[in-house]
Amino acid sequence: MRGAAPTVNATGPRYIALTGNPNCGKTTLFNVLTGLRAKVGNYAGVTVERKEGRLLGVPAELNARVLDLPGTYSLSPQSLDEQIARDVLLSRLVELPPPALIVVVVDAFNLQRNLYYATQVIELGHPTVIALNMVDVAEANGHRTDAAKLAVHLGVPVVPVVASSGQGVGDLRRAMAASLQAPQPPGVHRFSKLPEVFLEEAQKIAAMLTWNFHERRAQADGEALLILSDERALASSKQHYPHNIQKAVAVSRQRLEAAGLDWRAAAIEVRYQAVARIQEDVTTELSPPGETWSDRVDRVVTHRVWGTLIFFAVMAVMFQSIFVFARIPMEAMQAGVDWLAGAVGHALPPGDLNSLLADGIVAGVGAVVVFLPQILLLFLFIGFLEDTGYMARAAFLMDRLMSKVGLHGKSFIPMLSSFACAIPGIMATRTIESPRDRLVTILISPLMSCSARLPVYTLLIAACIPARAAFGIPKLLQGLTLFAMYLLGIVMALVMAWVFKQTLLKGEAPLLIMELPPYRRPLLRVVLRHMWDRSKLFIQRAGTVILGINIILWFLAAYPKDTQVDKAFEAKRQELVQKVESLKRSTVKPESASTLQHFNASPSAELAALDRERAGAQLRHSFAGMIGRAIEPAIAPLGFDWKIGIGIIASFAAREVFVSTMSTVYNVGDEGSSESNMKNLALTLRQQTRPDGSPLYTMLLGVTLMVFYVFALQCASTVAIVRRETNSWRWPLIQWLYMGALAWMFAFITYQGGRWLGLQ
Amino acid sequence: MPAVSQPLTALAAGQSGTVLDVRAEPKRRSRLMELGLVPGTAVELVRFALLGDPVEIKVRGYHLTVPRLEAEQIWVSGPAGD
Repeated sequence: MRGAAPTVNATGPRYIALTGNPNCGKTTLFNVLTGLRAKVGNYAGVTVERKEGRLLGVPAELNARVLDLPGTYSLSPQSLDEQIARDVLLSRLVELPPPALIVVVVDAFNLQRNLYYATQVIELGHPTVIALNMVDVAEANGHRTDAAKLAVHLGVPVVPVVASSGQGVGDLRRAMAASLQAPQPPGVHRFSKLPEVFLEEAQKIAAMLTWNFHERRAQADGEALLILSDERALASSKQHYPHNIQKAVAVSRQRLEAAGLDWRAAAIEVRYQAVARIQEDVTTELSPPGETWSDRVDRVVTHRVWGTLIFFAVMAVMFQSIFVFARIPMEAMQAGVDWLAGAVGHALPPGDLNSLLADGIVAGVGAVVVFLPQILLLFLFIGFLEDTGYMARAAFLMDRLMSKVGLHGKSFIPMLSSFACAIPGIMATRTIESPRDRLVTILISPLMSCSARLPVYTLLIAACIPARAAFGIPKLLQGLTLFAMYLLGIVMALVMAWVFKQTLLKGEAPLLIMELPPYRRPLLRVVLRHMWDRSKLFIQRAGTVILGINIILWFLAAYPKDTQVDKAFEAKRQELVQKVESLKRSTVKPESASTLQHFNASPSAELAALDRERAGAQLRHSFAGMIGRAIEPAIAPLGFDWKIGIGIIASFAAREVFVSTMSTVYNVGDEGSSESNMKNLALTLRQQTRPDGSPLYTMLLGVTLMVFYVFALQCASTVAIVRRETNSWRWPLIQWLYMGALAWMFAFITYQGGRWLGLQ
Repeated sequence: MPAVSQPLTALAAGQSGTVLDVRAEPKRRSRLMELGLVPGTAVELVRFALLGDPVEIKVRGYHLTVPRLEAEQIWVSGPAGD
């Protein structure tokens, strides 16, 4: 079978599998090859991301699609990601045809370890092209690689490229197109010199594989070696291999052990011997090895004292920028939304449609989209931290802290990402190999204060926390409150991780082996792209879920209408309007403008008060008012009234809905004010009183409500993603319940404790 | 000079040795070896993190962080010094 050209599928696209070690620049190369128009989805039945795009710059009739496989260290999978990559390369997925071509991305600066994987892939016998990436970095560090010589050793074309600058990518495209037009299997069948007894056993298994699966001989040989020498290779595909093969493998291993051969280590050792020889032959050392630039930076950045200080400084700068710099575009956007709502309100005749558009749709979506600057800024930071390589250092620094509660440094990255949004955070847990640690990280990640909580915190801080400066720093108390909320979430996440590790998810300590890639200058377009992708997620939620909720809420708050109350208010209103008009007419002298204003102010204020009263009456009669009042007994001990109850109920779909709900509840935003809606709403909150006349939104209530929002799992999307990631309703349910219980308990302690201490 | 066998963590930061044996449990041992830590490989202990865990090592020209528990099971000869 070996040597037979794969049949060209005339109808379907041909797949090019792009594979390589983590941090080899594979995704950057993918972006260059496909021009950033990737289709992102999932592999069937699992949650590993499937990213593919059309190969640009080759004849269209080739109909070639590039598939970006997850980063992989070896074909013996240690994680779900690696397992999927392996399954694609062994053409085991029903959803994909066998790859027409495999492109292995090899980091020239880390040649030996990258070649370990590349040789494993080449041995599978598919047409293969090597993209020798980062030749510039390697050369800058004194290693020159002879690509032509490497091609001879590997028996496949080798194209030197610099994915970050696009250098050599044209040659790579041509090599890929040539291989697709005239596919050629690799010239080398086996790189390492295995002990004779090992080869004999491997050939027996290979024969069984060809017979069972009608596999090509080359792949069978490579695969036999894998399943014979590694427990993980067999364990991760028990369903794939029939019983007779599993048994044969066990017997073979016994025979190898009897012969005194360490079957686990033998194949790895001889492969490394082979790749070390190849590397020595193809690399010229331009300068004696010394400390690289990256090493020198690391002396400080991963230093016990300086590194820790830098870590906290980076985090502090991140929060401060989000809270201060993001204000400028936010206020501009808010003005735009105000204008749009006003324009819509004036353009249409008064009535239900006007109300739906202006109050329901524009105001609702606007109140969410206006927070986009903060989210973009946060993802800009995270993108830079990831792409420079700092994220791995942060994980290295935080590992000890994490392991104290039974997590490891890799949990740090999903947790940090969860500050932006728990959705990508929970998705990022896929890099954690141990299922238990992955689950614990998923369970606690939503405790990190995500960007959707920021609108809630911002509103409540503006409404309830004094803005005065302290120690010469403007808005210090407000900033500290925000910081405290973030800290509360972090501390509780660590406590809960420890609790889960002691109870539901007891198990052996995880293995954290993590690469510290050299520092790299991040590419702005890659960071911006990353920022945009993640922000899109938020916008999509704002656009669909939140809009839907806003319309439902508008309906719940607007219906059923009470015609009697309506009529009574309308009569009173007409009376007041006439009063204002007559006052305007009676004032004749133009120089008494101040008197005019004085006269005008009082009935106008009365009019506004009447309108608010009417809205309140309407709300009391509406469905929303009914639900809010129904849950009031449960939230009264926390100091919340039924209007806050409406906000909380609405937030169970998504937290940021709280802001737009409160806008609707308090009828803010339809006054055509040029002031920002946020300020208006905060001002309105401050004016709210309890039935006894005391202010409702006191500092204590603001803090209590924020504490509630720190803990409660008020996000339908998170529940949905956890359901998907854990494949059962059990974990999202447990998560929803434990977080709800925490929210109620801690809000109760805060409010009642605060009152007991005599706080307002 | 006879090679003294010692755990990797016995090296001081900046010292190098040669891998003699990896004694971790099979799954972890395989991964450590696949990452290049096979007997005969030169390995440098770069630094310990805060509180001595994890350990940053340099092997085959790249940097890797390994939990202290696993690093203690990597036996090396040396130190070879610089």
